[in-house]
Amino acid sequence: MAEAAKSGDLLFDGSDWDFDTLWRTYDVIEGIARDDLGLDLYPNQIEIISSEQMLDAYSSVGMPLMYHHWSFGKQFIFHERQYRKGMRGLAYEIVINSSPCVSYCMEDNTMPLQALVIAHAACGHNHFFKNNHLFRQWTDAEGILDYLDYARDFIQNCEERHGPAEVEQLLDAAHALMPASVFRHRRPPTPSMRAEKERERKRSEEAERAVYYLWSTLDRGDKSKNKTEEVEEYKSKMHLPEENILYFIECYSPALKPWEREILRIVRNIGQYFYPQQQTKIMNEGCACFVHYHILNKLHETGRITDGAMLEILHNHTNVLTQPVFDDPRYGGLNPYAIGFAMMRDIQRICLEPTEEDHRWFPDIAGSRDWRNVLKQAWEGYRDESFVQQFLSPKVIRDFRMFALTDDARNNWYTVSGIHDESGYQTVRDTLERIGDLSLSQPIIQVVDVDLLGDRVLHLQHRKVADMPLDDDDAKATLEHCKRLWGYEVKLTETSVSSSE
Amino acid sequence: MAQFIDRRLNPKDRSLANRRRFIRRVRGAVKKAVDASVQKRGIADVDRGENVTVPGSDIQEPSFHIAREGGFREHVLPGNRAYRKGDRIDKPPGGAGAGRDGAPEGDGEDNFLFVLSRDEFLDLFFEDLELPDLIKRNMKRSEATKPRRSGLSVSGAPANLSVQRTMRNSIGRRIALRRPKNEHVDELREEMRDLEMRLDPDDKTGWARLERLRARIDALVHRQKRIPFLDPLDVRYRFYEKQPEPTANAVMFCLMDVSASMGEREKDLAKRFFTLLHLFLKRRYDKVDLVFIRHTHQAHEVDEETFFHSRESGGTVVSTALTEMKRIIRERYAPSDWNIYAAQASDGENYSGDSAKCIEILNSGLMKLCQYFAYVEIIGKDEALILTNNDNGTELWRSYLEVAASWPNFALKRVAKRSDIYPVFRELFSTATETSDG
Repeated sequence: MAEAAKSGDLLFDGSDWDFDTLWRTYDVIEGIARDDLGLDLYPNQIEIISSEQMLDAYSSVGMPLMYHHWSFGKQFIFHERQYRKGMRGLAYEIVINSSPCVSYCMEDNTMPLQALVIAHAACGHNHFFKNNHLFRQWTDAEGILDYLDYARDFIQNCEERHGPAEVEQLLDAAHALMPASVFRHRRPPTPSMRAEKERERKRSEEAERAVYYLWSTLDRGDKSKNKTEEVEEYKSKMHLPEENILYFIECYSPALKPWEREILRIVRNIGQYFYPQQQTKIMNEGCACFVHYHILNKLHETGRITDGAMLEILHNHTNVLTQPVFDDPRYGGLNPYAIGFAMMRDIQRICLEPTEEDHRWFPDIAGSRDWRNVLKQAWEGYRDESFVQQFLSPKVIRDFRMFALTDDARNNWYTVSGIHDESGYQTVRDTLERIGDLSLSQPIIQVVDVDLLGDRVLHLQHRKVADMPLDDDDAKATLEHCKRLWGYEVKLTETSVSSSE
Repeated sequence: MAQFIDRRLNPKDRSLANRRRFIRRVRGAVKKAVDASVQKRGIADVDRGENVTVPGSDIQEPSFHIAREGGFREHVLPGNRAYRKGDRIDKPPGGAGAGRDGAPEGDGEDNFLFVLSRDEFLDLFFEDLELPDLIKRNMKRSEATKPRRSGLSVSGAPANLSVQRTMRNSIGRRIALRRPKNEHVDELREEMRDLEMRLDPDDKTGWARLERLRARIDALVHRQKRIPFLDPLDVRYRFYEKQPEPTANAVMFCLMDVSASMGEREKDLAKRFFTLLHLFLKRRYDKVDLVFIRHTHQAHEVDEETFFHSRESGGTVVSTALTEMKRIIRERYAPSDWNIYAAQASDGENYSGDSAKCIEILNSGLMKLCQYFAYVEIIGKDEALILTNNDNGTELWRSYLEVAASWPNFALKRVAKRSDIYPVFRELFSTATETSDG
């Protein structure tokens, strides 16, 4: 390494930081990220903020400029209370998938922590955002900040013109449907957010006319045969079934005004922008933790940071990577940081010091020595479920002592379906891939039909997987919101599908 | 390729707009909490924040999501110790323990608790009283502070440079480090010039002396340069601390009739009336003493708790309270040291013939001692419709009208609902706000 030549002079000593130190440290860290790990980064924009501002960032889903809504106020109060109580430290990093890549250093952080944040967020997450195929395909990092800016102004204008209460109700409804409004299986029909904005303004009147035409020219009393054909033709244009509910409502709702359609589009776009992050929690955190661990160790080895600084960094690193066991009161599910980091380190180990077992499980990479490229290809080409299926090794399963349960609601017991032994590795791996992150698994709800001639009922269908029901109260409340947006009756039915679909 | 941006100077309250929206959203619960705490708090500490609990169901954000139980599920858990494939584990009573993070959108059953700030609290308190905005702003402002000299500091604004102290340090340092004095250097230079003028070209010793002088001067000047006349170390600035404006003290007498005719509603109105006056006084005075005098056919000084909450029976003789007030002023609150305010609440009942005595007490001295005397008569909602004319009313009311006619600092008002209270203070506030920069 070229760095080694200049080794020995400390970047900083003690805990105080100033801008010069930040600069110096950043340059060295970025150097290692590029030259040693070969990372490919967006330009960085690192912002120094107070803890108050960090809470702000938390409560507006990490975005630096978000439109106003009461629910963000609720989030803020919630996080603030937890923070004051000391129930949670502020995770010391929020990072935004944008170009330039925005990350935050809190002013109360010590210098070793700032170094950790720079390596973790400004290098690790940054590289992942820029290179992972999901992000490349679904998000427009160049345009997001502009788009949010536009969105906030647009919504503020709507509040001034139509009254805050009106806008708030619409946003409430849109938020309720937000999780059920992402394109999962096909490209969203938008090239980029900026182009979209321009096009949209030109197109909105036209679209409005089209919707108007659809609903006004179809005489509902007329049930003659050629009408039915016309209706069929319309329906074929609607591409049913549609998985993205807000998109459908935005295009075809007979009740919305143009500005309301635009707000639905904004909420939908923001939801879509976050979708890849939910699909790559393990990988994204794993990548960032691996990168910061590698870089900071390098700094320590080459004498650029003191033992004390390294201890502080490791202390924080360990805190983030704790995995309480299943019967610990603190247990809150598998920790994506811990699993992700363990898997990345394990891939490195398999490349460098494979065992007999690794050769059997990973013939392609075991002993290849080229861990940098193996990791980079993994970061680029997978999402959590496929990554787990491809790379979760027996060793990691053993280290975490993972076991799989099946849980049939009809029985009052769980059955252990596999543990960390030879016969169970595959079971555990398959189960983990299937369930992904339980708290994020979205039910499949689609628009399956719309009654163009009769009473304009919108038909939604929940495709029930493994017989798991929807939360009934919430579903009712959400349907009410849906009715408000659609303007007419909305019906929800269920159908069972096997989980392999 | 990076830039660092310092955002700490940005406005801090980015969430304020969202917070306001949130509070508007849960208005019902917040209002309830404010009402309850006005009733339960002491007059003197109404103006602090308050915890508010909102039922989770009010602020749920619904969405389509899978129920927490039912159907056929799978889990992967860490930390296996003794389980083998095929083992059965009994489910804990009360549902599966599959992890849920503590995000605020949980089940929506938990109550959501947050703290209302002082300003938010007062806003809602004033809202009931229908105070004009200007007054609200004035009332919320905490006491004025005035910067006072408070020693020295090593950093500060150039305008606050303490020249005297800075120079003193500088002199000390120059003496300690033996900085050559300018006069001394000038003398040597003078001598050198003299020497140059007088010098013979072949006066060897003279030349040598000249050389020595030159070297000496050079060394001194060099030393002067090394030891600056004024070093950053010497600099001292005057340091100011913000200290509260010294103002006089005030004492506030709360007088109330506690005979059986004063019920919870009447007491609540009275309490709001006293509270408002107290807030106002607290803004103007450093120290506000509260004295509670309650009366039936006799008057007693009591503590606040007793004043509002314990029942008494007996007749009603208002003048006893005024007499008691006079006594307490004589004993503890010399008018030369204290600004005296009085607030009296009653339902207007009085022992027949006593009202004349009240006029007598007020006119013959008590009003002279008081900055302001406010009387509210609390009447029923239906009475308010009938009693539109100010001139007729109870005997006490009519007597007090007479007092008001001769004393500009006496105010009286009939109150049937919360929003009637403020007008009693109107004059009080208008004079106060004209003099302040509200």
